[in-house]
Amino acid sequence: MSRIAEHPILGPLKPSGREVSILVDGEEVIAYEGEMIAAALMASGRRVFRYTEKRREPRGLYCAIGRCTDCVMIVNGIPNVRTCVTPVEPGMIIETQRGIGRWGGGDHGIH
Amino acid sequence: MVFTDVAVVGAGPAGLSAAIECAEAGANVILIDENTKPGGQLFKQIHKFFGSREHHAGVRGFRIGEELLLRARKLDIDVWLNCEVCGIYGGTELWIVKNRRESRRLKARKIILATGATENAVAFSGWTLPGVMGAGAAQTMINLHRVIPGNRVVMIGSGNVGVIVSYQLLQAGADVIAVVEAAPRLGGYGVHTAKLRRAGVPFFTSHTVLEARGKESVESVVIVRLDEYWKPVAGTEKELEADTVCIAAGLTPLIELAMLAGCEICFIPSLGGHVPVHDRRMRTSIESIYVAGDIAGVEEASTAMEEGRLSGIHASASLGLYSADKEEELSHQIWERLDVLRSGPFGEGRRKAKEKIISMKSMTQ
Repeated sequence: MSRIAEHPILGPLKPSGREVSILVDGEEVIAYEGEMIAAALMASGRRVFRYTEKRREPRGLYCAIGRCTDCVMIVNGIPNVRTCVTPVEPGMIIETQRGIGRWGGGDHGIH
Repeated sequence: MVFTDVAVVGAGPAGLSAAIECAEAGANVILIDENTKPGGQLFKQIHKFFGSREHHAGVRGFRIGEELLLRARKLDIDVWLNCEVCGIYGGTELWIVKNRRESRRLKARKIILATGATENAVAFSGWTLPGVMGAGAAQTMINLHRVIPGNRVVMIGSGNVGVIVSYQLLQAGADVIAVVEAAPRLGGYGVHTAKLRRAGVPFFTSHTVLEARGKESVESVVIVRLDEYWKPVAGTEKELEADTVCIAAGLTPLIELAMLAGCEICFIPSLGGHVPVHDRRMRTSIESIYVAGDIAGVEEASTAMEEGRLSGIHASASLGLYSADKEEELSHQIWERLDVLRSGPFGEGRRKAKEKIISMKSMTQ
């Protein structure tokens, strides 16, 4: 669970954007702007993205292409965001999701 | 409502190739993809492709992707990214959600569905633990996102995806501690399998994963030998220290849009399961809808590109952009290449399966 700085075929790592800071469960994580949230989290050693509703079982990245929804988290207050297909923006607030997620009410539903 | 000649859904190898053919024929094309970038799964294919020169043999997948994108750009193809196709009506209308919040409608005279396929899962005790993932997911992480998803990997499946991704995990700096294959024989191309063998990766044929153990994520993996009836043999369990399990157990075509449209569907296990019935022109039972690539039966990126071109040529011809003679000539060239790609011990079965689908289409006409 680390970044591949040098690759025999792909060469040196070319970051998707500038280094930015995001908050993950209150902790600062350095990520690249534009990379997928799941990639930034795994690069920081995080594997558990959420816990299931009924049995509180841990879940993490499974398909990495936005199909399975196992990697959903709360991003900037919005639950059920697929972190494997959502790019990092500076200052994002990301939280481990517990259960099916609660909407803040109001206009959040349109996101 | 936006109007166009051809709408292509999915900007992977098949969809890109289809859109390029249509644009070259002179059609107005809109290429739609749910992702932030076009290319589908091509950009994570860093190995060299097989086939002849026309099939880009010896060229790495992501280079082929760059080439297709360049051609699409030169042809000024309109690419709608971050667009999910959520509805399909009357064979010609698409309902699209852009950026997960904005509704759009698109009417096309012809629609080409190139939605691809999704990885199959294998369920075993602990398979939902973080650290268990699709082989394609691991490939996405290492080759696109440049992050190693785990340090000690057990690969389930020795088919091409299993062995190619295993080798790419080694290239990325991870350890592949076992390739587990339920069948008594290895399934992938010899070239890829041999690379792993040379690197000293252990293969376990007639074995499966019994359990992934761990509290918050995978900490160890129990494998077991299978008897001739594919039943676990008690007493042969081995616990391996591993933090990751990758599953390479085949793919299933993503046919939701074809079903929603009412296309006739058939079941062909060797091509991944349910696929839309289509003819030699890649046309489904609905005259205005074509399919290309893995949605029409799981094969390889090289066949997907040829099918994409085929669908593009015939969709364009049906709009009057090619004469019948020209259509036949272009189609013939592609079929010759497809026949080559579908030959040999691996391709022959796929060729027969595709012929079966095509014969169904001719019966329904």
